[in-house]
Amino acid sequence: MRPFTYSRPTDWRAATKAATVPAEAHIQSPVQYLGGGTTLLDLMKLDVMQPTALVDIRGLEGRQWSRIAEQGDAVWLGALVTMADAAADPLVARDYPVVAQSLLLAASAQLRNMARLGGNVLQRTRCNYFRDIRYTQCNKRVPGSGCAALDGHNRAHAVLGTSEACIAMYPGDFAQALIAIDARVATTGPFNGKPFAMLHRAPGATPQVETGLAPGEMITGFLLPKARWFRRSRYVKVRDRESYEFALASAAVALDMDGTNVREARIALGGVATQPWRARAAEAALVGQPLDEATATRAADAAFADARPHEHNRFKVPLGKATLVRALLETKEIAL
Amino acid sequence: MDDTDERSGVGRRELLSASFGIAAAVPALGIAPAAASAQAPAARQPPLTVPVTLKVNGRTRAIGVDPRTTLLDALREQLGLAGSKKGCDQGQCGACTVHLDGERVLSCLTLAVAVEGQEVTTIEGLAKPDGTLHPMQQAFIDNDAFQCGYCTPGQIMSAVACVREGRTRSDGEIREFMSGNLCRCAAYPNIVAAVKQAASATGRG
Repeated sequence: MRPFTYSRPTDWRAATKAATVPAEAHIQSPVQYLGGGTTLLDLMKLDVMQPTALVDIRGLEGRQWSRIAEQGDAVWLGALVTMADAAADPLVARDYPVVAQSLLLAASAQLRNMARLGGNVLQRTRCNYFRDIRYTQCNKRVPGSGCAALDGHNRAHAVLGTSEACIAMYPGDFAQALIAIDARVATTGPFNGKPFAMLHRAPGATPQVETGLAPGEMITGFLLPKARWFRRSRYVKVRDRESYEFALASAAVALDMDGTNVREARIALGGVATQPWRARAAEAALVGQPLDEATATRAADAAFADARPHEHNRFKVPLGKATLVRALLETKEIAL
Repeated sequence: MDDTDERSGVGRRELLSASFGIAAAVPALGIAPAAASAQAPAARQPPLTVPVTLKVNGRTRAIGVDPRTTLLDALREQLGLAGSKKGCDQGQCGACTVHLDGERVLSCLTLAVAVEGQEVTTIEGLAKPDGTLHPMQQAFIDNDAFQCGYCTPGQIMSAVACVREGRTRSDGEIREFMSGNLCRCAAYPNIVAAVKQAASATGRG
């Protein structure tokens, strides 16, 4: 690990001021916020990230940072709430089962005690060509250097949202749940109040730019709108081993039912895309339809219509479809 | 115990100045204007050691650490507590598990400077002062819940927390909530048995 200075401000204005330095992409910023550290310190040990200053934000004063509370027509999840605390919160478990499930199915008990919600949604890809600096080709790590995954070992890589520059998979779970319940993100900067689904960017020609956050802009929390039908939500995660593994395919689903027909569906896919992926075509395919295996399959076909698999990840298309069909049919059975 | 790490003397300083040479070369290569100006803070050399007060197993210890020092390395190399093990050093194996304010965390992904004021408990702090083992330690022995033993301190620290969290209602739940601790000897069935025994012994099963 390279040398860095460590500071622990109590005032968020001081923290964001220290971190507001010009950088083409967040990963290249010499000043990084330290929350749980579970991604950052890992990537610093691997020399993928080389910050010269860490700003520990766990000491920020103001209760909203690590609070879960009802706030008007929404529930507030502070950015410094740990994954474990959010998953264990009775309000979250009751009103947003998809959120609690996405958190409990992620990482390990130790990591869930450390990792914070704000950092969780910003976790970086597990692409081996990104994480191993011996590979010279990685557009996300070294812009313009190429993508070793395109004709390399790409079993774990994305089939949706890919570009010629990058096929790295977004590895998180919680982000898909946030999309399924229409969450908004709160920040210290211009992104404040926008839909969470807008936070991440497709790789396009600049995969090193992963979100719409400005330099130094910090996520302060998430606003989960209240709607009774979000209780009819579920997170299904399929992986190589039963626990403590990233998704090969996952689906976050929330269903608003009008009798046996779908009034509204919210679907986000994980493990198969370059960013937390809202499957709008699948949602549209279900509106006004009865939900059964046939309509669920049509929705899944729509979700993966634009999939672009590579040599080793072709299985993700049928697996992703089956995962979504299962998630839809299981979610339908949840009684409100 | 001498709290200064002898190896951190000349060797680490040489290592530091070498890395600064690399850092200083980046703006000189003119990779990008943004990156060059962003490198400016590096010109101010970070302090080699910063003071930190750690509370470990009920004892308060003031030491100096390089900011890069993980809690795991501070425990093992500066405080002489080598019970916490370095397996992967990347947060993937659980061998380094300790308790921070009573909750299980990975000490290899925790900076020592970041835990000032928090209570750290390691495997060395579990037994009573008279040497009586913690029920979980005894349960691991009773159930032969290890072979080589390298993952065992992490397994036990994780298991103590698992019981406290109430996640021992079934074998499946124990396996799920112990999944962050890998055992290359695959002593898993006996580990589950040990956790069950300790959970019922402490009335938390």
